[in-house]
Amino acid sequence: MLELFQQGFIQNALLAGIATAIMCALVGLFLVLRKQSLFGDALAHMAFGGIALGLFLGIQPLFAAAAVAALGALGMTRLRQTGRIPADAAIAVLLSTGLALGITLVSLVQGFNTNLFSFLFGSILLVSREEALMTAAIAVAIAAPIAIHQRKLLHLAFSEEQAKASGLPAAMLDYLFIIAASIAVIVSIRLSGILLVSSLLVLPNLAAIMLGLGFKRTMLASAAISVLAVVAGVWLSYVANIAPSGAIVILLVAFFLAALAAKKP
Amino acid sequence: MRIVEVQGLSYKYGNEAVLDSITFSVEKGDLLGIVGPNGAGKTTLFNCMLGLVRDYQGSIKLFGRDIRKERRLLGKVGYLLQRNPIEKAFPASVADIVALGLTAGSDDAKVEAALDTVGLLDLKQSRIGTLSGGQQQRVLIAKAIASGPEMLIMDEPITGIDLASQKNFYSLVRALNRKHGITIILALHDLEVVGNLANKLVCINRKMFYHGIPQKFFANPNLLKQYSEAGMQAHMHLHGHGRQ
Repeated sequence: MLELFQQGFIQNALLAGIATAIMCALVGLFLVLRKQSLFGDALAHMAFGGIALGLFLGIQPLFAAAAVAALGALGMTRLRQTGRIPADAAIAVLLSTGLALGITLVSLVQGFNTNLFSFLFGSILLVSREEALMTAAIAVAIAAPIAIHQRKLLHLAFSEEQAKASGLPAAMLDYLFIIAASIAVIVSIRLSGILLVSSLLVLPNLAAIMLGLGFKRTMLASAAISVLAVVAGVWLSYVANIAPSGAIVILLVAFFLAALAAKKP
Repeated sequence: MRIVEVQGLSYKYGNEAVLDSITFSVEKGDLLGIVGPNGAGKTTLFNCMLGLVRDYQGSIKLFGRDIRKERRLLGKVGYLLQRNPIEKAFPASVADIVALGLTAGSDDAKVEAALDTVGLLDLKQSRIGTLSGGQQQRVLIAKAIASGPEMLIMDEPITGIDLASQKNFYSLVRALNRKHGITIILALHDLEVVGNLANKLVCINRKMFYHGIPQKFFANPNLLKQYSEAGMQAHMHLHGHGRQ
């Protein structure tokens, strides 16, 4: 087993995976508390449209995905803040728009379906050292400010009205957080794929919340569960020759079910 | 010392006048009761006072300064809203929630002192969602006073709380004002209760009906008639349960 973790591609996968796991656990906790659990899914579907657009136009797919997802997320946040449509409906609009854009572009041009496949299902074992280091750097850049401003974000999640009344710049914080969440989703696509990205944001947090801890401990427990699932998932995918993204998410589901079963009704 | 000075405050939502020429003041140490039926404009009035609504006519001064220009004044004000249901699974302890009220840094001693004041120190590590409605509202008072505000604004804080918890709540409000010297503005439906708690009374129903001491209001049949004609009497019967 030790030999496995000495291999370069596994080390790269673990570095990128652990960084992504911690970042998604942090971002996801606030999404869950703000009742935006499906936000990651909607963003990932927007990213799908962006990736298809990037491949169609011959530009770096992840950059196109980031641009399309960020624009969609900001638009959705604006709609939510003005109260013109309900938050869940805004997520539905975002989700279908991205998917429709992606499907249309895929049907227009045949030939990049293989590339698209890796974005849909993730390909963490193919991550290079440079990509792994870049992922780790982005994860630190996203996770650090969220950890520093955790109390403000908790205040917003607990009661937006009270947070505003206490002088917090709620709208600004909302936009900054949504941009951070968008970046986290784009970075996570390499690990879990578009179809499973929301599981990294939601499942470890649901499992951690079931433990009945205070806020900081819930945050730490969520990150720990997520990291454990990534490390075990990468190992399992290697020894059982199965897709790592699927293995990681199945483990996260198992942790969630175990926490649910252990929780007193 | 004058803590709040509201002068000729008017606010329109579209073409509809929500507040019309409201004028009153609050001195240090006052416990000002604001009464009015649903839709009277109490929450809008508070939103203006907290700088959340800014496009009003007239002026509002907190601690002698315009709240629209100096948002940092909010650091001296604690705010308690109507009780909103808190999910059982919300992953925050009572101490986590009280700490949200601190203006900077984390200070366990301040959190404990605030919880001690509201009589919930022994529930410090409990999850907020597992507490009763009355206890949750006391935790939110602890949050509001954690940073040592000079003034506390409470907007219909007892809505949805059982009668026993309401009585505890009134005792706590009285103690915060008299023992801890916090100036309080309290909006309630119940004229009787406010009349007993407060040393000053403001009656509004978009316009202002009365501003003064409660005893004068209760002694004046014309004012009471005016009040009931405005539809407030129904609320007094609906929510009133005798003097405290």
